[in-house]
Amino acid sequence: MKKWFVIVLLFAFLLAACKPGASEEAPAAAPSGPLRVAVVMPSAINDLAFSQSMYDALVAIQEEMGGPEKMELVYSEGMFVVDDAAAAIRDYASQGYDLVIAHGSQYGSSLQEIAPDFPETAFAWGTTANTFADEGIKNIFAYEAASQEGGYVNGVMAASLSQSGVIGVVGPIETGDAKLYVDGFVAGAKSVNPDIEVNVNWIGSFSDVALAAEAANTHIGAGADVLTGTAQMVVGAIGVAEENGVLWFGTQSSQTSLAPSIVVANQVYDWTVALDQMIALIAEGTYGGQAFLINLENGGLVMEYNEDFDLPADVKALAEETTQGIIDGSITIDVGN
Amino acid sequence: MISDFFSMTVLVGILASGIRLATPYLYAAIGEVFGQRSGVLNLGVEGQMLLGAFAAFYVTFTTGNLWLGVLVAAIVGALMGLAMAVVTVNLQAEQGISGIGFYLFGLGMSDLLFQKLLGTVQTVSGFPKATIPVLSALPFIGDIFFSQNILVYGAFALVPVAWFVLNKTTLGLKIRAVGENPEAADSLGVSVARVRYFTIILGGTLSGIAGASLSIGMLNVFQQNMTSGLGFIAVALVYFGGWRPWGVLVGALLFSMVNSLQLWGQVLGIPLPSDIAVMMPYILTILVLVISVQRVRAPAALTKVFERGE
Repeated sequence: MKKWFVIVLLFAFLLAACKPGASEEAPAAAPSGPLRVAVVMPSAINDLAFSQSMYDALVAIQEEMGGPEKMELVYSEGMFVVDDAAAAIRDYASQGYDLVIAHGSQYGSSLQEIAPDFPETAFAWGTTANTFADEGIKNIFAYEAASQEGGYVNGVMAASLSQSGVIGVVGPIETGDAKLYVDGFVAGAKSVNPDIEVNVNWIGSFSDVALAAEAANTHIGAGADVLTGTAQMVVGAIGVAEENGVLWFGTQSSQTSLAPSIVVANQVYDWTVALDQMIALIAEGTYGGQAFLINLENGGLVMEYNEDFDLPADVKALAEETTQGIIDGSITIDVGN
Repeated sequence: MISDFFSMTVLVGILASGIRLATPYLYAAIGEVFGQRSGVLNLGVEGQMLLGAFAAFYVTFTTGNLWLGVLVAAIVGALMGLAMAVVTVNLQAEQGISGIGFYLFGLGMSDLLFQKLLGTVQTVSGFPKATIPVLSALPFIGDIFFSQNILVYGAFALVPVAWFVLNKTTLGLKIRAVGENPEAADSLGVSVARVRYFTIILGGTLSGIAGASLSIGMLNVFQQNMTSGLGFIAVALVYFGGWRPWGVLVGALLFSMVNSLQLWGQVLGIPLPSDIAVMMPYILTILVLVISVQRVRAPAALTKVFERGE
């Protein structure tokens, strides 16, 4: 009995800390010919967040290239267990895929081990700037998003729209991409109104939708009339925002479809900018060693405004001005460097 | 800022959040109390909750009928319970292992159905706040207790009912007898198998409703693995509560209140790293467990296979 109790606790802790699960193995590879791309992702391809941003970009590239005959695309999603992900990455590499993408910063050390065994395969790892070139590995591309940029623009709009002077942020774990976005958001909000109160809640999980919802309730209870958040568990928070008529700013993928009446704008990741360059390099015989950054300037980050939301013209003008300022360098964001 | 903590708004916020967070735990853990009191450990709660959450969401999404959603979630949970009963009672499988098997089944199946039937995260309009007349107008208490959705009231109403059934009815006596000494119960003409079937199916039903309380009560969305370990916490709360419904209530409230406390603590700018803050409910649970497990004894036949002597 005791031992089961320990197992129960272990599961509870693991699951509380983990990203959404359930892996689904992609179909087996077709014979050679087209460009063959495989991607391994921590959450689901339709998470309206991190994994979806990559999947959507790959599908867009596939269409642009002329469909599955020109580019074969397979994926493994829900690979929150790094060991499983590593096995999938190795599988794809040994099946001769041209580009194997490890879409999660937690996959780095696995990739460092696997990549040298497959010198003819290009690997890509994100989000990071580390290509392991310093360790002598030549076939890993790195990619990351300057998510603080759209965070800053969202923050500017949020502070302009807030009447209560209180804004709430629902974050997963205080690290990486999420931290960049939140820091950028706070900086943007303070640039409009230095006295504005931006409350940040890190819930310690990428998957606990219920706790994300309660974090949103907490912010609203504390007087927030504008909310934002990052990672896939925010769908719970968006529901609470909608119920209370509180505004929402999205990031990673467009979250407008979830609550069209209250989503003001989204920072949407478009990884095609980075992927196009990788694919071009692969065609030339370069399999790694370069890092790519998507940002507002190169079109890898796109500010998407919800057409159904009646955004005051002056706020929209300010947002566009801010976007332009970040692009031309007249606005610098003092985070993430 | 610390003084903000004792303002009315914050207290109401913490308590109301805690009540909402406790709801899924209560359904699932009360169901598990019945199972464990009859000697069966069900570690598949999380999987039952996930399938219940999906079933409730999908039915509500397609028909718009919330109660039909709850009913289907209950039936799906009951069927999972039935399968668990067959495996553990008739086939006499190791309960812990088979429970984890059922968890993995529920996790994978709910994800598969979600992918095939919905494809992406959608929303429904779930149970609205059902304010209770007169009571909800009470200052303080009204906002905390009487302005929640109906599934929240259901969870709290379940506690005294479960206590009554377990302690004051013949059925409860049979359940306890089977969990303490199945041989004796059997010799007195109580069907051990039948009692265990009943408790495991009841547990599954309540776990299914626990899932519904998330997907169409509290959140109005379904996402893969959205229970994120709640089901395992629920099993832990049964130990925490000493296999008694009131104990489970105390445990669920304590865990949830500390969780909402840490959310508010971060918002009010209490200078504590977020990593430490999110650990608080778990640390507290372990501490209380260490103290309380010494005092309370588990049902004697828990996890033991019963084989009828000839």
